[in-house]
Amino acid sequence: MSTGAGTTPIDDLLRGSIDHCVKCTICESQCPVSNVTPLFPGPKYAGPQAERYRVADEPSVEWSVDYCSGCGICSQSCPQGVKIAEVNAQARNKLKKQKGYPLRDRIITRPTWLGRAGGGPMAPLANLTIDFKPFRIIGEKLLKVHRDAPAPEFARHRFSSWFKKHPSPPTGKKIVYFHNCGTEYYEPWEGQKVVQILEHNGFEVVVPKQDCCGLPLQSSGLFDDARKVVLKLARALVPYVRDDPDTLIVGNATSCTLMLKREAREILSLEHDPDLKLVSERTYDLCELLLELHDRGELKTDFQPVNEHIFYHAPCQQQGHFIGKPALDLFALIPGLEVTEGNARCCGIAGTYGLKVEKYDIAQKVGADLFGQIRGSGAAEVACDSETCRWQITHATGHKSVHPIDYLHRAYGL
Amino acid sequence: MRSELHYDAVVIGAGTAGLVAGARLAEGGARVCVLAKGIGSTHLAPATIDVLGYAPDRVVSPSGVLPEFIAAHPGHPYAALGVDAIAEAARWLQSRVESGPLAGYRYLGDLDRNYLLPTAVGALRPSAIVPETMAAGDSADLERACVVGTRMLRDFHPALCASNLSRLGVPARSVEADIELERADQNALGLARHFDDPGWRAAFAGRLALKLQADERVGLPAVLGVRDPHGAWSDLEHRLGRQVFEIPTLPPSVPGMRLYEILRAALRAAGGRLVLGAEVISSERDGSRLSSVATHSAGHETRYAAPWFVLASGGFNSGAIELDSHWVTHERVLGLSLRGLPAEGEPRFLGDYLAEQPMSQVGVAVDGELRAEGAENVLVAGAALPGAVPWREGCGEGIALASGSHAAQLVLARSGAPAGAAA
Repeated sequence: MSTGAGTTPIDDLLRGSIDHCVKCTICESQCPVSNVTPLFPGPKYAGPQAERYRVADEPSVEWSVDYCSGCGICSQSCPQGVKIAEVNAQARNKLKKQKGYPLRDRIITRPTWLGRAGGGPMAPLANLTIDFKPFRIIGEKLLKVHRDAPAPEFARHRFSSWFKKHPSPPTGKKIVYFHNCGTEYYEPWEGQKVVQILEHNGFEVVVPKQDCCGLPLQSSGLFDDARKVVLKLARALVPYVRDDPDTLIVGNATSCTLMLKREAREILSLEHDPDLKLVSERTYDLCELLLELHDRGELKTDFQPVNEHIFYHAPCQQQGHFIGKPALDLFALIPGLEVTEGNARCCGIAGTYGLKVEKYDIAQKVGADLFGQIRGSGAAEVACDSETCRWQITHATGHKSVHPIDYLHRAYGL
Repeated sequence: MRSELHYDAVVIGAGTAGLVAGARLAEGGARVCVLAKGIGSTHLAPATIDVLGYAPDRVVSPSGVLPEFIAAHPGHPYAALGVDAIAEAARWLQSRVESGPLAGYRYLGDLDRNYLLPTAVGALRPSAIVPETMAAGDSADLERACVVGTRMLRDFHPALCASNLSRLGVPARSVEADIELERADQNALGLARHFDDPGWRAAFAGRLALKLQADERVGLPAVLGVRDPHGAWSDLEHRLGRQVFEIPTLPPSVPGMRLYEILRAALRAAGGRLVLGAEVISSERDGSRLSSVATHSAGHETRYAAPWFVLASGGFNSGAIELDSHWVTHERVLGLSLRGLPAEGEPRFLGDYLAEQPMSQVGVAVDGELRAEGAENVLVAGAALPGAVPWREGCGEGIALASGSHAAQLVLARSGAPAGAAA
């Protein structure tokens, strides 16, 4: 098959999967976006159905796919294995190429640029600006970033600066830490906790110099830029695992690890890049790794009680690893911790989707189910594996939201 | 590093059979993981438990007919399960519905008598265990019905349903309800969310009441709430002052979503895991035993090892059993042997679409305990079993429920997992 967008074997495999669609509508019942807005008619319509009319080098026939948030729930729930979200991501790229990319999409998809500009010593000033309503209104007019969109505060120090001063003691059991931009510029304390937990379990943590994974670019349809960025990251990480079959890469930002593991290879047609392939095979979501260590009897379980009631939301991108919800299995090891498992699908933010002025209201509507469950649960805090989802949750509910490993960190007494 | 997790039992498939097996294993104290390629049969089916509808005449009392049916069909899954086990599984399900996350929602009925419920096209379908929201559609005492539809739900045609019911001797007429919805809500799930909202529901009932005649029961498409179906249904009965029943719709099935949520909650409450998007891509054997299965965890494979496996992956419909373009039939998940294949040279299909098709009874070859032939620690459940023609016999959900239960109980008995122990 070589019609349509497909240009590589992986593209053909993705596109070929639409032939397995039996129009059962399970994806439509699960899609968080089409359930709240008529602007997106649903994954089946925009995907397997419209894809038949998309022909290479001809104009896009279907424009609603720009309103797909790329959460991936359709692909996860399809009983026939149709790669709906991946096909739609490629269609979005084609559409954007044709329509042109707004300046906004070129800026907010570059967390590394933003972090360097606003983080560190600039943080107090940058944070004042972000909180300053007139500036946000101007930003909305000029850049089409919604004035109320959740904006995290820049941290005063970077994670990598902290790590330089706190190098891991050598144990011979190396692990590579992919900390992502959120940890580097906004939540360096999360990275510090990751390092301490890994060290507590006997690992020597290695932190290569690293930049963005390219996911924001990819989800906004800027594929050429996304490829450059993710391959640069793969080249930075691969020397640490190439010669040592036992060394793994682990990350706490679940959407960024998913980008490295699967999405870049599938959606960006980089299936056969040897560096990315090796990095993809060796990369683990943090909770996934800790659960496997526990299964092998290699996770320390010297947990002190954490007498709290928390709410857990597994983000869409975490579910896209196809590993279930390992955070819940880890929580079960902590004495005293009471956990309410949410069953809402999505918080709405989908990375940068919910920041965009034309999508902000949709994102808030998508998240309404989750926000209601959180408010009704009586839980004090919300655990969630993705930083942009945490910011959205806190923005909408006022509840403090942290990565699941925060509770392991507390239970270890580190 | 080889990525591997160990469980007492691994269940493959998250339709009714897989979720029932997983929940009952977890309740029995086993550490269980349910792996599924995607969401299964629940979201496509009406969510009634049809135990035996035709044998071949319409069955009035499943428990009365089953002994004779089993004697005449020794290769049928029911022959291995037995009437008592089917009844026990049905009672288990009813208790889990009652204690589940949907407050007040119940499943009514037993094996002694089939309900005869209207379908969306106005045919009558025998079913033993049914959501309370459907029970008043039973044609045994349905004297006059008003089938209510809305042009916002384009796959449900109340006039067609009502005219066919009338032809079958159930006097029925149809009305269109005045509902205005945004395009995003114009499906069964979107409507169900509105019915969950007491204010919306009250306004709907107020408008509908004006169109009803005395002594009519009201039949509505099965969209009466997805989070609070008991509240929605009983509130409508109260406001309309008459009995109200749901009629199953084309997929997606709202009652099926409720059943999925109830079974998922039972699995989770007992400590079982559920992994969606986890298609089994390979398996490892140790002689006649299956030792592990593998799934893609995005970049790498994860192996799931266990002393017991339950294969609840479905049959031809789910793609777990396939007839390929070379006319070879496979069980695609574990490569197990099949039973019921037409002999070489015999026809596989007959010209009459609704005839008893030779391929229809194909399933995984099993022994008398429903263990897969050649894989002694693999229990088979649901539509993967051979020897039944669910769409003719009206027994698919009964097989799924009872064989999922059976698989769990056999594993628990053989592995000596401590009953009631925390998972």
